[in-house]
Amino acid sequence: MRLTCPLCGERDRREFYYYGSDDYLNRPSEGAAPDAWDDYLHLRTNPAGITHDLWYHDMGCSSWLRVTRNTVTHEIHAVEAIAAPKASARGAAK
Amino acid sequence: MRIEGRGQIDRTKPVRFSFDGRDYTGFKGDILASALLANGVKLVGRSFKYHRPRGILTAGSEEPNAMVEILEGNQQTPNTRATVQELYDGLKARSQNRFPALSFDVMGVNDLAAPFLSAGFYYKTFMWPRPFWEKLYEPIIRRAAGLGRLSGKHDEGHYEKAWAFCDILVIGAGPTGLMAALTAARAGADVILADEDARMGGRLLADLTGVDGKSGPDWVESVLAELRALPNVRLMSRTSVTGAYDDGTFGALERVSLHRSPAPHLPRECFWRIVAGQTVLAAGALERPLAFPDNDRPGIMLAGAVRAYLNRYGVAAGKRVTLIANNDAARLTARQLMAAGVKVAAILDTRPDASAVEECPVYLGSTITATRGRLGLSGVTVAHAAGTATIETDCLAMSGGWNPTVHLTCHLNGRPVWREDIAAFVPAPNAVPRLTPAGACNGAFSTAACLAEGADAARKALAALGRTAPPMAAPKAEDAPYTLTPFWQTPDVKGRQWLDFANDVTTKDVRLSAQENFASVEHMKRYTTQGMAPDQGKNSNVGALAVLADATGRGIPQTGTTTFRPPYTPVSIAAMGAGGRGAGFAPQRFLTSDQASRDRGAPMIEAGLWYRPSYFPKPHEKTWREACDREVLMVRASVGVADVSTLGKIDIQGRDAARFLDLVYTNTFSTLPTGRVRYGLMLREDGHVLDDGTTARLGENHYLMTTTTAAAGLVMRHLDFVHQAFCADWDVRFISVTETWAQFAIAGPKARDLLATLGTMPDLPFMGVAPVTLGSVNARLFRISFSGEQGYELAVPTRYGEALFRDLVARAETMGGGPYGMEALNVLRIEKGFITHAEIHGRTTAFDIGMEKMVSAKKDCIGKAAAARPGMTGPDREQLVGLKPLSDAAITAGAHLFTPGDQVKRENDQGYVTSVGYSPVLNAWLGLGFLKNGRARHGERIRLVDHLRGIDLLCEVTDPVFHDKEGVKLRA
Repeated sequence: MRLTCPLCGERDRREFYYYGSDDYLNRPSEGAAPDAWDDYLHLRTNPAGITHDLWYHDMGCSSWLRVTRNTVTHEIHAVEAIAAPKASARGAAK
Repeated sequence: MRIEGRGQIDRTKPVRFSFDGRDYTGFKGDILASALLANGVKLVGRSFKYHRPRGILTAGSEEPNAMVEILEGNQQTPNTRATVQELYDGLKARSQNRFPALSFDVMGVNDLAAPFLSAGFYYKTFMWPRPFWEKLYEPIIRRAAGLGRLSGKHDEGHYEKAWAFCDILVIGAGPTGLMAALTAARAGADVILADEDARMGGRLLADLTGVDGKSGPDWVESVLAELRALPNVRLMSRTSVTGAYDDGTFGALERVSLHRSPAPHLPRECFWRIVAGQTVLAAGALERPLAFPDNDRPGIMLAGAVRAYLNRYGVAAGKRVTLIANNDAARLTARQLMAAGVKVAAILDTRPDASAVEECPVYLGSTITATRGRLGLSGVTVAHAAGTATIETDCLAMSGGWNPTVHLTCHLNGRPVWREDIAAFVPAPNAVPRLTPAGACNGAFSTAACLAEGADAARKALAALGRTAPPMAAPKAEDAPYTLTPFWQTPDVKGRQWLDFANDVTTKDVRLSAQENFASVEHMKRYTTQGMAPDQGKNSNVGALAVLADATGRGIPQTGTTTFRPPYTPVSIAAMGAGGRGAGFAPQRFLTSDQASRDRGAPMIEAGLWYRPSYFPKPHEKTWREACDREVLMVRASVGVADVSTLGKIDIQGRDAARFLDLVYTNTFSTLPTGRVRYGLMLREDGHVLDDGTTARLGENHYLMTTTTAAAGLVMRHLDFVHQAFCADWDVRFISVTETWAQFAIAGPKARDLLATLGTMPDLPFMGVAPVTLGSVNARLFRISFSGEQGYELAVPTRYGEALFRDLVARAETMGGGPYGMEALNVLRIEKGFITHAEIHGRTTAFDIGMEKMVSAKKDCIGKAAAARPGMTGPDREQLVGLKPLSDAAITAGAHLFTPGDQVKRENDQGYVTSVGYSPVLNAWLGLGFLKNGRARHGERIRLVDHLRGIDLLCEVTDPVFHDKEGVKLRA
């Protein structure tokens, strides 16, 4: 498996650390209901098909990346840095 | 038997070798198999189950029978295919799976018992009684079965791993691959051409098929000469591409020096990972054996292999050869043998309607009903259209047609497609992205078709890369149609017809499997072990599933194939794990004080990737405990010096640095004055403790965070995530400076006195920090303590670390102090009740370790919401306590705690011990651990049980701080 890091270019997956679904980007705001936290921390879909997950370019530029890929065909559709401008609109800690 | 004037070996260079202790001679250019055949050696191995005598079947890596041990002392290599092993001077080979000798194998008795050892024998026989399997059946079966052996010694062989990248990877260097590589290379693409053989050329070398008016080998040489001269081409011979993986990545094994005796300067093998933009698969095809009674005798070979031995190695596989085939192409074997002066006894064609015009007897509509010869073939009995015949023959060349080598196209789940016209499976379209199969592996069998498909595949690959192929005329070569009539098994005859030679599977076994309702191909495989030998069914799978299809009444395409998985050919673990043995297993990180510590005889222990001194023994000390106790008392009484550089250090800067720390720490750092240090606690988002450490404010917008040694990388990743995911627009940047600074703890009542000898030092309050200079070196002084004594940490740029450590130790020694190691450091912190990752092991909360007040109510932080969930606090939680045994006995980390009087069982478990140490100050063993509702139970007695080490004693539950509870010494 190879990922094209927006900063470093195409690299082997051994350079990256896998974290999990990009649901982790949608941190509930302070004081959100317990259900929202439960959802955020624990509940994940397990799609046969397109998935968005988070990878860390551990052996490279330290970018956290959002990877859009297909779990059935193993195609990588997009790799983008999560720190793109829209990232500031996410989460409670603004 | 060698044939004068034939072969592509160097007859001026004889090569001596031995097999089973007997000396033989071959020539440079030989493989072990050709040299054995040239010396008349036909019996080379015993089969796996019945220990039947077996000879050489093939001339390639698919060989199921001729597996030998190559003896090179420690580097003994088992299961080496004699058809792959090149001959070198002094090569020593030994046959396998026989006792006491190849020609007389006592386990051959299995063959007599064959009626009882049919498919599923083990499953039916060794079912009962159950305990017998492990104690009796399995050891016996293990001894009886098995292939080659290792030396049993440490293999000193050197192996390598490497990466390669290219525009176009061409797998296989037969006519298809050569043409593809040439086309791609002339277009200027970066090309890798890999072939498993020592010499490139494939069937052109084995069949001598002419191309463009040149002989096969001459045409191959002209193409290779052009490719060698091009800077954009890498030729990788002796390299088997073993697996196809995602995104154009392939695994490949190069036999770097297996063709010569071991040399210290050369790796034995190299495991490559090749990343290609586009790939042309030109893997060729493998010939199929035919099934007839006792078709496994030494001397019965594949027709294409007989041609390869004749044309490439100048060896006649027999003196009187018979051919049996179901196709026209195999006739070439008989014709070439006759042209070389080898007697061909007869051609047996299974088809009644084939041509009978040859220069030897031809029997149409033939089936072989019996074969003779115990250790080597001596004759066959034939039933043919016009009667029966008995033929004396010592070599039977057989051909059941060809199977395209589709394996790599199946590694990403592609299922091959059955083609009725060639009675074979071909690759499914687009089975592997960016890979184009071409030539024989794609079902194109004539040389002209292979050349054309190779060029086409390269053009397609070039187009995908945005390149254009130069105009090239297609070379001229034979273009005979491939005609065959499938023949899967001999009907209506007695005797066992072998399918899988290596694993002893017969047509009857497959039918039995179907009869017992193991009718799916995957079940049949596992029930009969068909295709599970080292050749992975390359010679037998298609034949076996044809027999299965017949037995179940389904067609072959409906029956389907089993799944081909990597590796295509066996890969030694040594090659895959190259560099990973011993010290290569993990990177090693050394402190600047490493040599100074070793100079003092300190044993080093691993802390993550770091090596840290365990203790610093004095000459009279016999045990580690003596040294540890002395070092602890030294720190408590005078002054000790320890290297603490392994702690993670993260430099954090920016206008929002304080705000960022407030988000990642439970407590507040924006209120920390410049020049001060604060202890901080960090949670994971799920509310459990991630790490702890001190963070210093060096300036208004400048902090220095320290992490534990264990979690340094983890914390860095966490900070990167929080920053990039939740506050990327904040003005904050950070970088790891762990290896930029060497940092030393100076601890003990005389710590300040020691510092004073270094020059004028600022009078720091407890938890203060200030820049200092040591000579002309800019350093940092922290007043922090992990020992509970008056403590400082002095940090200098790494390059001054060793000098400073030696200097500090020398100064300490003049004051009755000295260096202390990890053991003492651990005892000191246990006495003081300080936690490490033994306590914050991932399942504990701030509440559990008694720090819930450190979670600020005034601000949000990572993990705050989850830490407040029900169940994360309260009396049911196991809470940090101190433990003190009531006797002098030692206690152990990992022990569990029970209420005295309760039965010792899981349901009554009250907690566990995380850290222990012997305190020479209190003359007692001390422990830290977690106990249910522990903070309310100080003073109670608790039973400590360690079944593993046989410990069962009573402890007193105490406050976790044993030493200087008020922190007077700390602040002195």
